[in-house]
Amino acid sequence: MFGLSAKDTRLFFIVTGLVAFAPFLMNPFPTGSAMAQFNAGYPDLMQRFVIFGIFAIGFNLLFGLTGYLSFGHAAFLGAGSYAAVWMLKLLTINVIPAILISTVVAGAFALLIGFISLRRSGIYFSILTLAFAQMAFALAASVLTPITGGETGLQTALNDPRILDGIASSGGNIPAPALFGLEMRNSYVWNVSGWTFTFNAGYYLAGAFMIVAFYLSMRIFRSPFGLMLQAIKTNQTRLNYTGLNSRPYTLAVFVISGMYAGLAGGLMASMDPLAGAERMQWTASGEVVLMTILGGAGTLIGPVLGAGFIKYFENIFSKINSNVLHEWFAFMPDGMEDFIVTILYPFVGKGWHLTLGIMFMMVVIFLPGGLVEGGQRIANLFRRKKSQPSEADGAKTPAE
Amino acid sequence: MDAIILQILNGLDKGSAYALIALGLTLIFGTLGVVNFAHGALFMIGAFCAVTLQRILTLSHVVIDDTKKDFLGNPLKVEVPYIYDWFGQETGAAIIDWAVPLAIIFAIPVMIIIGMVMERGLIKHFYKRPHADQILVTFGLAIVLQEIIKAYYGANPIPAPAPEAFKGSYDFGALLGFDANTIIYPYWRLVYFAFAAVVIAAVFAFLQFTTFGMVVRAGMADRETVGLLGIDIDKRFTMMFGLAAAVAGLAGVMYTPINAPNYHMGMDFLVISFVVVVVGGMGSLPGAVLAGFVLGILESFASMREVIEFLPGINQVVIYLAAIIILLTRPRGLLGRKGVMED
Amino acid sequence: MGILEIKNVGKRFGGLQALGDVNLSVAENTVHAIIGPNGAGKSTLLNCLVGKLIPDTGSVTFQGQSLLGRKPHEINQMGVSRVFQTPEIFADLTVMENVMIPCFAHRDGSFKLNAIGSVAGQADIKTQAEQILEDVNMLDKHQMQASSLSRGDKRRLEMAMCLVQEPKLLLLDEPTAGMARADTNNTIDLLKEIKEKRDITMAIIEHDMHVVFSMAERITVLAQGTPLVEDTPDNIKGHPKVREAYLGEAQV
Repeated sequence: MFGLSAKDTRLFFIVTGLVAFAPFLMNPFPTGSAMAQFNAGYPDLMQRFVIFGIFAIGFNLLFGLTGYLSFGHAAFLGAGSYAAVWMLKLLTINVIPAILISTVVAGAFALLIGFISLRRSGIYFSILTLAFAQMAFALAASVLTPITGGETGLQTALNDPRILDGIASSGGNIPAPALFGLEMRNSYVWNVSGWTFTFNAGYYLAGAFMIVAFYLSMRIFRSPFGLMLQAIKTNQTRLNYTGLNSRPYTLAVFVISGMYAGLAGGLMASMDPLAGAERMQWTASGEVVLMTILGGAGTLIGPVLGAGFIKYFENIFSKINSNVLHEWFAFMPDGMEDFIVTILYPFVGKGWHLTLGIMFMMVVIFLPGGLVEGGQRIANLFRRKKSQPSEADGAKTPAE
Repeated sequence: MDAIILQILNGLDKGSAYALIALGLTLIFGTLGVVNFAHGALFMIGAFCAVTLQRILTLSHVVIDDTKKDFLGNPLKVEVPYIYDWFGQETGAAIIDWAVPLAIIFAIPVMIIIGMVMERGLIKHFYKRPHADQILVTFGLAIVLQEIIKAYYGANPIPAPAPEAFKGSYDFGALLGFDANTIIYPYWRLVYFAFAAVVIAAVFAFLQFTTFGMVVRAGMADRETVGLLGIDIDKRFTMMFGLAAAVAGLAGVMYTPINAPNYHMGMDFLVISFVVVVVGGMGSLPGAVLAGFVLGILESFASMREVIEFLPGINQVVIYLAAIIILLTRPRGLLGRKGVMED
Repeated sequence: MGILEIKNVGKRFGGLQALGDVNLSVAENTVHAIIGPNGAGKSTLLNCLVGKLIPDTGSVTFQGQSLLGRKPHEINQMGVSRVFQTPEIFADLTVMENVMIPCFAHRDGSFKLNAIGSVAGQADIKTQAEQILEDVNMLDKHQMQASSLSRGDKRRLEMAMCLVQEPKLLLLDEPTAGMARADTNNTIDLLKEIKEKRDITMAIIEHDMHVVFSMAERITVLAQGTPLVEDTPDNIKGHPKVREAYLGEAQV
């Protein structure tokens, strides 16, 4: 269906279902319960899940398929954010032009950087992209302040021109980004016997974009273009001696990948009309690398999982403080309770980075294929129990 | 003219730090073929070695000082470092004052052990894995190391001052025949530069004149053959890693008076150090040192007021700009060899 | 006028004159072997033909068009394919995908952005790929990952990838290097079969005299960067100059 194989169609429907029902799935615990701590179904976080999902899907198109490790992808996300905020300021508070323009601007920016950086490969490519992104970050934070708002960031203001909206829309408050009048921050809250589910307009818009982004990435993976990109990763010499010019292929995917990042940046600005230079910093580029690898580079679903995983950790683990820990282990004898809390405390709350770092190392050491490989291994374990004869070795496991 | 000399001097201390970190990175990369993203963390741990020694030296106990009274006439409680009890107050105070240079002695064994443990416990298993995996696992390690430091020492910078004798500045202007006070340069930065020069010279001498160094250099030229010669290359790899860690650590120890150490200083230096290594040419030790100083000095020139007025923001981007230009015109960096890291 | 004309080609690496003054003409539809002792400049010559190296002097023309200054992929698109000493294949992809890539290159040229159509939906490419796999007896292995093939099969796969582009000239760089005798014979048979079935010119660089004498129609002997003799296999066998070149090497 939709030009996808049966297996891919199934995966596509699973992802669509997850996005559609996330407000339920992310809030499995009743609001008042002790486990409510682990609920992630609030709009802000869910928006981040899907937006970073888009970013990681795009990064994976470049890194997962061609093996070119860009260390400067955040620059495109930042460029997209700035472009989107400017559209919200100048043109209209409607998010559609902002999102479209952010994608285009990031694409153009990627074309420029890619054209130069792709003259080199391996670590030289990584350093070139890193250098460009760091330059963009440094300039955005200093010299380009009139365009970027410098260190305070760029945001919408009451007296923005908003040419298309006219004067009617400004009623004393800074208007919030909206989709034809439907404000992105609008939510419908459904209370049902102890549970609270929040359905947020911005989340569903971003989610819809993620589903489209995911669908396109599937098509690219299965297309002749995608095949050529995989060929570039495995043997560029043979590719050249097969009459194919690798440069336009890598440049095309670099631009597509940059556009994904720009789309993510545009959506970010549409949810919260604020863009800051730190979005371009190399740590932000490193984060998307972590997401993609953690989930499983070169797999379809991996980057989405990785993005969700890291964002969940960042937002949920970081909120567990010592009080919460004491509450959990209150059933234990006092000395024991203190002991356990002391041991666990460095790993949660402000120390969540430590847990993330350890998990990340574990994944790289034991699961080079990321979470997807972990899932496959578990699935294989069950399958083997059911039917003893395993698949023929050497048969290629299709990327999922 | 005096301004130019001043900028060159200003570039030296940063350049020294870049060169030392890049040297260690290149040692590891050249011999072991591993891209070590945790190297910045080693620099940071070195800096915290100085902080730790300072804390150890100032460990105190409380005594009641009868000679001083508070306003109620009660004797005052004062904290006296144990070290005063052992060496007398004067010597004790001098030792505390010299905590940073003394930390060199403390840091060398600590860093070598940390480096060797890292290599045996983790890096060893990654020699045959792709470079991307090496980057990622060492990146994870860097996060872990810096979070451990943060958990123990907190997120704020901890000052570790230079000895009293090196406070103040030297007036180069008077020495070189310019007006007085045009070129003043802090003593400690001179010390740092001299120290870096000594460490770099020691590393080169070690590689040049010892059998161990010969094997290492042979290994950098052709790893597989050296392995085939029946030389226990594993053991040397481990020692090599220890050495590189020590170089990074020493760079960190001595840097503390210039910048108060904090847990993320490693990451801040790492990115630029990688640019330095690549600009120098992956796997080239002289290249790493050369690029370290060139970029350090370039950065300081770009921060001159005249330059910034002419090209706003150039001070922020000059290193990256230089890296881009060098990599595009000299694909393998300043002194790089062919065929390194191009897969 | 041969399909491939090499005129006065010279190449120097620092102080080493790798190629002196090479003149060579490969006639259409022949198997032309270039042999010579180690360091005779065979590989340098080959690299000058495919665009990996640019000679210092002389000209290389293929069907009347100059090859100099063209990139490897452009030369390939003109109808020159190359088989490497160690098979260069897409190790992470399946056998089928390996063969489909040159099919695409043959049909679409050096670049085409087809990011939406699916690979599975390209019926013509699939038929073509299956056909060539059948020709080299590998159709049963089409789902295997290329890296898990035996050395002989990797060579077969590489040949199939070259042939599917219907090259006019096939350059082979020691196609049997490091192979067991049985694999060598298989490769010879495969090459002969290919030659029988289609109009193709082959230029082989080879060390193994068994391979050379069982298939070459003309042989050029290269020594110290210059062609020594060019003749038919029968005449080469007893040629005094050739003996000298090889024996000279043996004495060192």
